[in-house]
Amino acid sequence: MDKEPLQGLFGKQLKAINLGLEGMAEGIEEQNAEVTRVNWSPPAEILPNMVFTKSGASIDQANDEACQRIIQSGAKLVGMGIAKDVIPGMREDMILHAGPPITWDRMCGPTRGAIMGALVYEGIANDEAEAEKIAASGDLTFEPCHHHQTVGPMAGIVSPSMPVFILENPVHNVQAYATQNEGLGKVLRYGAMGEEVYQRLRWMEEVLYPTLARAIESMPEGIDIKGIISQALYMGDECHNRNRAGTSLFLRAIAPALIRTQTDSEDTAKVFEFISNNDHFFLNLSMAAGKACLLPAENIPGSTIVTVMARNGTDFGIRISSQPDQWFTAQAGEVEGLYLPGFSEADANRDIGDSTVTETAGYGGFAMAAAPAITQFVGGSPEMALRITREMYEITHTEHPDFKIPAMDFRGTPLGIDIRRVMETGILPRINTGIAHKKPGIGMVGAGILRAPHACFEDAFNTFQKNYCA
Amino acid sequence: MTLYTRVLRNQYHDSVVLMLAAKELKGQAGVIDAAYMMGTEVNKDLLQNAGLMDTIGQSAHANDLIIAVKKDGDSQAILDLAESLLSAHRSGEKTSSQESDTLRRVIQANPNANIVLISVAGAYAAREAREALASGLHVFLFSDNVSLDDEIALKKLAVQRGLLLMGPGAGTAIINGVGLGFANQVPKGSIGIVSAAGTGLQEVSTLLAKQGLGVSQAIGTGGRDLSKDVGGLMFFAAIDALQADPETETIVLISKPPDKQLVEIITAKVKDSQKPIILCLLGAEGPKDVSKPLHFTRTLEECALVARQVSTDSIRDIPGLIAEEDQKLFEKYQGLKGSFSPDQKFIRGLYSGGTLCYEAQVIWRDALSDPVYSNAPLTKALSLQDSSTCKKHCALDLGEEEFTVGRPHPMIDNELRIQRMVKEADDPQTAIILFDMVIGYGAHPDPAEEIGNAIKKIKHDHPGILWISSVTGTEGDPQSLSKTRAKLEAAGVIVCGSNAQAARLAAHLLKN
Repeated sequence: MDKEPLQGLFGKQLKAINLGLEGMAEGIEEQNAEVTRVNWSPPAEILPNMVFTKSGASIDQANDEACQRIIQSGAKLVGMGIAKDVIPGMREDMILHAGPPITWDRMCGPTRGAIMGALVYEGIANDEAEAEKIAASGDLTFEPCHHHQTVGPMAGIVSPSMPVFILENPVHNVQAYATQNEGLGKVLRYGAMGEEVYQRLRWMEEVLYPTLARAIESMPEGIDIKGIISQALYMGDECHNRNRAGTSLFLRAIAPALIRTQTDSEDTAKVFEFISNNDHFFLNLSMAAGKACLLPAENIPGSTIVTVMARNGTDFGIRISSQPDQWFTAQAGEVEGLYLPGFSEADANRDIGDSTVTETAGYGGFAMAAAPAITQFVGGSPEMALRITREMYEITHTEHPDFKIPAMDFRGTPLGIDIRRVMETGILPRINTGIAHKKPGIGMVGAGILRAPHACFEDAFNTFQKNYCA
Repeated sequence: MTLYTRVLRNQYHDSVVLMLAAKELKGQAGVIDAAYMMGTEVNKDLLQNAGLMDTIGQSAHANDLIIAVKKDGDSQAILDLAESLLSAHRSGEKTSSQESDTLRRVIQANPNANIVLISVAGAYAAREAREALASGLHVFLFSDNVSLDDEIALKKLAVQRGLLLMGPGAGTAIINGVGLGFANQVPKGSIGIVSAAGTGLQEVSTLLAKQGLGVSQAIGTGGRDLSKDVGGLMFFAAIDALQADPETETIVLISKPPDKQLVEIITAKVKDSQKPIILCLLGAEGPKDVSKPLHFTRTLEECALVARQVSTDSIRDIPGLIAEEDQKLFEKYQGLKGSFSPDQKFIRGLYSGGTLCYEAQVIWRDALSDPVYSNAPLTKALSLQDSSTCKKHCALDLGEEEFTVGRPHPMIDNELRIQRMVKEADDPQTAIILFDMVIGYGAHPDPAEEIGNAIKKIKHDHPGILWISSVTGTEGDPQSLSKTRAKLEAAGVIVCGSNAQAARLAAHLLKN
């Protein structure tokens, strides 16, 4: 956004845009000057036009600051650790979940299933039945990942002994955390339970984690995850629903260190296989990178930028920069998508997961134009991918100079959802997502796209207006 | 119910393509479930769990594609169809050219644009103006009915960003030689204008043009800018811009009487100006000590004459010059004095330009002994209770909201004014009907033709009424000053050189 001094107008050729009466445009054309018409239609709703807060601060300036902090941020994978040892505020009796806060009685099937599975995996419960009793007993504390600088895909369950990646934002000296991605199908994050799930989790703790941790620790600079996201956007990923390029780039980046630090070549080979067979391995890293970049944008007075967008399968919640501790929630939406064999819409749980951190940070569904293949989930085309991204520019404050879209002439991705724009235009953020089975214990059933619900933005808008502008 | 499977060797397809094909296949008659999957071990398990696996499927390797269809009845043909769906043409999303634009999208598609003209309904206009300012574009906000709070916020934002926000209710501006809204074709020159009164800007710039003088920039601020609440945010920003503009040598400031405190602030602000300042506050008392570089004027006509004097360094006695011109005119029409019947006592001014209506009232305040009523009066006491019916001397601003709700502005549509002319001519007390005629861009393509014809008809029934007018316009305007004058004169209208002069002539002819 240039701030052109007034003097910059004088002496230049006048190039006008006309919004409204046709006669205005004709008058300019009669004088042989240039005019572009806007084929405008009025918005459905007329809302208060918030420009300054009551203390006189410019909302746009506050939003500039929030977005600049996101843009300037870096995100490096610098190490790994066990959740209870490294995640701030994590405790032995605590389970983290995706989305806004929720109590056991309101949790959806996949979240319950994942919690039950995690309790068995932790050895707190001997079986799922016992796990359900413990979970319902109130002896455990359930808190959102987002309250602990952590993000989790789908159910987003993080239990105390799970290994996590540590992402560092060196510019603002903050960290973000995420678990290792389990792959697709019957996996804990989609609410699946059973021996197959626990076995995989144990292997991830006993083999995958130490192997990766050793390799990462041997790399003095860590691995630049933000850099991989930028590259992956050039290679057909949007780093939310498609992470094929990101996973490949990650494996390429870590491969030499894996070999150098290996203690057992078969373990190393298995780690290679596990990552290369899981196109979504990079997702958790992409999400944690997003969180690391978004954290510094929190708590800027007068800013209307969304810093958190997350779902727990029951509620969809957002938080805005100027009110970083308040969740604005609405019922989570239903996903329009494609289903795995044997499943249909009837099996689908409502929208779930912290992975909307990617859209919040300027990629994911907002970078759809970089990943046209994804639109096929809803019978779309490359043109639709372009249109989705173009539409998101309507509700974002600026563009991300580090995340570029080749098909849009290397334009930066839409960055910084402004609740004012969402409300004024009626355009809701687009989200790409996986679909979990609504019953506990089954797992992934499909993938698709949807929009964020209107009500939480409305609530945030009205609350902001009351607190800052009224 | 039968399960059909087929394995296509060494065929790679993106999983999304496969899921999509499966969806289509499931939609076929009789199909209960269907899947396309690459033959990895994980996928084989998934198919097994879904009841879509048999020995054929088991034979697939990781690089092979398995097609599995569960279907009522027996028909191998379903597998051929399944295979064909893989390569089927996807119609994709329809792209619609009917989609409406948003201002933001158009701004982004036109990175060189530097100004946005907004004339949508006031309720929507503020938000669009904010959008333009936030994107770094200047705004000409023609729309009315923008709230005072929105105006203040938008102007603060504009000042902060170094941008112009002209309006709300900005009727006229000339930026870089291009007229915006209602504007006239005036020559490029060295006189810069800032005006909180739309037709005031047009009248002064055309009077200057009639004297061969040109305008560098003319900035309209909207009528509320010099109110106490807005505090002249854009007026002062525009003065600063003209001070910094090398092409501007003389600065003209025009307004209806502003808030008193603001007059002091304006005076203080310009007292050290290197460029001469001509201040025209219609009908207001001037600041106490008027000294160079400040010149104080009370009418638009005087303002234009002083601007000429200052910018051409000629030393003339302006009031004397005006009186001299008047004298010639009065003598020319002296014969009309006393031509009215005893009932015909009043002037009825029918204006399309609000500032011109105001200027006439300022002149009549001194020139007529009786009060002049108006729907846009100089003081509240002179306000016309019912603007649909005139009493005594009247000056009507037909561009006021009460007349324009649901119909175009009288500069664009002559119908309202013609109706009112008929009505006033029917009033036996009417002696003189006076009107302005504003031509130029944005105005009616030939108002003199329509109004002239109407007057000819009215005259047929009411030959005793005197018609006086002036034309705010230039020869270069699309309607042409001389053609417009000629048409009015052909209809029997006395056409004066300025609105002020027309008002004075009317007053003179009516006085005993």
